[in-house]
Amino acid sequence: MLTGEEITEIEKAIHVVPHRKAACIEALKIVQTKRRWISDDSLKDIATFLEMSPAELDSVATFYNLIFRKPVGRHIILVCDSITCWVMGYEKLHQHLGSKLGIRYGETTGDDRFTMLPNPCLGTCDCAPALMIDHDLYRNVTPEELDEILDRYV
Amino acid sequence: MSEKPLTSHIRADRAPLTLREYEAKGGYQSVRKALLNMTPQAVQAEVKNSNLRGRGGAGFSTALKWSFVPLDAPKPKYLIANADEMEPGTFKDRLLLESAPHQLIEGMIVSAYALQADTSFIFLRWAYHTAAKAINIAIAEAYEAGYLGQNILGTDFSLEMHLHTGAGRYMCGEETALLNSLEGKRATPRAKPPFPQVSGLFGKPTIVNNVETLSCIPHIITNGAEWFKTLSLTGDSGTKLYGVSGKIRKPGLWELPMGTTLRELIEEHAGGMQLGLSFRGALPGGASTDFLVREHLDVRMDYGSVAAAGSRLGTGTVIVLDDKTSVVGFVKNLIHFFAQESCGFCTPCREGLPWIEKILHAMQSGDGRKDDIPLLELHTRYLGPGNTFCALAPGAMEPLQSALKYFREDFEAYIRERASLEPLTA
Repeated sequence: MLTGEEITEIEKAIHVVPHRKAACIEALKIVQTKRRWISDDSLKDIATFLEMSPAELDSVATFYNLIFRKPVGRHIILVCDSITCWVMGYEKLHQHLGSKLGIRYGETTGDDRFTMLPNPCLGTCDCAPALMIDHDLYRNVTPEELDEILDRYV
Repeated sequence: MSEKPLTSHIRADRAPLTLREYEAKGGYQSVRKALLNMTPQAVQAEVKNSNLRGRGGAGFSTALKWSFVPLDAPKPKYLIANADEMEPGTFKDRLLLESAPHQLIEGMIVSAYALQADTSFIFLRWAYHTAAKAINIAIAEAYEAGYLGQNILGTDFSLEMHLHTGAGRYMCGEETALLNSLEGKRATPRAKPPFPQVSGLFGKPTIVNNVETLSCIPHIITNGAEWFKTLSLTGDSGTKLYGVSGKIRKPGLWELPMGTTLRELIEEHAGGMQLGLSFRGALPGGASTDFLVREHLDVRMDYGSVAAAGSRLGTGTVIVLDDKTSVVGFVKNLIHFFAQESCGFCTPCREGLPWIEKILHAMQSGDGRKDDIPLLELHTRYLGPGNTFCALAPGAMEPLQSALKYFREDFEAYIRERASLEPLTA
């Protein structure tokens, strides 16, 4: 069941496009913001609300890498793995995160705190290497700083 | 009149100006000038005279692109700002989006007037949260001040503007894939024709322009096409946001005259190479451009000159390759990106890119075979222009084909030194 708040926000998104289906990416994002990820039940509810089939909506949901069709942790770590961050040594950050948190890309820590994902270029290449945690961008990150940064997320 | 029109009004702390502050610095003058004193055709003519070329990467003439929109077509007609900056190594539109949102909105209003579009979208990549906040505030201020909405400045021109944030995927930056994404579909490219100017978003006439391109429009209208041409050192007019990243002393982003040389960017503005490293090559404008090497350092960074040197200006953000970084590793990272971001719509791209990545990985792992280099070259042809719906695969081939040309010995070394295997084919 979509909540009243979710319905209100999705209706707003529908308002700026000519037909309901066109708001589906926005709707997925709205529901994901509230529930962290898109479960099969959420997918069906959104599809019904937008008058489209769950299969059609799932074809869209699975295309976009920032729509999560599997459960994720409370915080998402996006590690930039594109060219400038590679040149500047992002692998050290990836390895540090992996050993500290005990997870690989696509995995979530046992306490549900962090999910780590690779992400294409974050568009801040003059300050590489970079990563994002939730909506926060960190630039010129060193492995030493990472522990303190992670402590900010409970 | 500033020599750096796009960035001179940006504060040192990069916080965006309020609408009133922006107006005090001359902002929104072009909206008054265009809507009150110029016909849409006159605005288009001014942009045509300015020789403005698209700053998203392709460098297509903005006025020519606009000219295919039927002015008398029934509404709705759409104008879209492509703010899905995702070309690896590119970080130029971020500055304009975070720190100068009113300049973009002003450019969009004037452009929409020139095209007689009534609805506009800013398609912003998900990761640019700071920009999203700044744009939402700026759009609200522009509605409040009467620059957006019904009957702008008391004229019969009306324009709605919406911010759309994406959900990832590089493909969304491709013009027609962006339209599919805005329609709530998978971001796969569309067949052309019909071109978006005739049948674009929801089947209506649509123009998609890059953020930096649209941000030039207010200045062209306010100060004139002739002035815009004088900003440049070459035939391609205006200024350009140039960036340099990699192992140089001072990575950064600068607004400079169009046609500034690659040497000036790297040696002066970026402070030269880091201690102990030397310059080996550079991608001049993002991941999908051909390498330039030492002999090209004096090439002027404009569309024509970089093309004459065998590459593309692309986004104008340079990625430097130093002599201690593995060329094969560098190219493999790029190919990994393109393989992952391929939408899977066209077979050469979907199948070819992962194959190339596997070949490069095998080379690095000591499993390189003698026919790997000819096989890579075969791919650069099969994935090259003309075999796919969009430019993703041909773009991916640009760094590969030029790396094979300029740094062939790096590829050969992997095979000579490490591989003991016989070639797969005779």
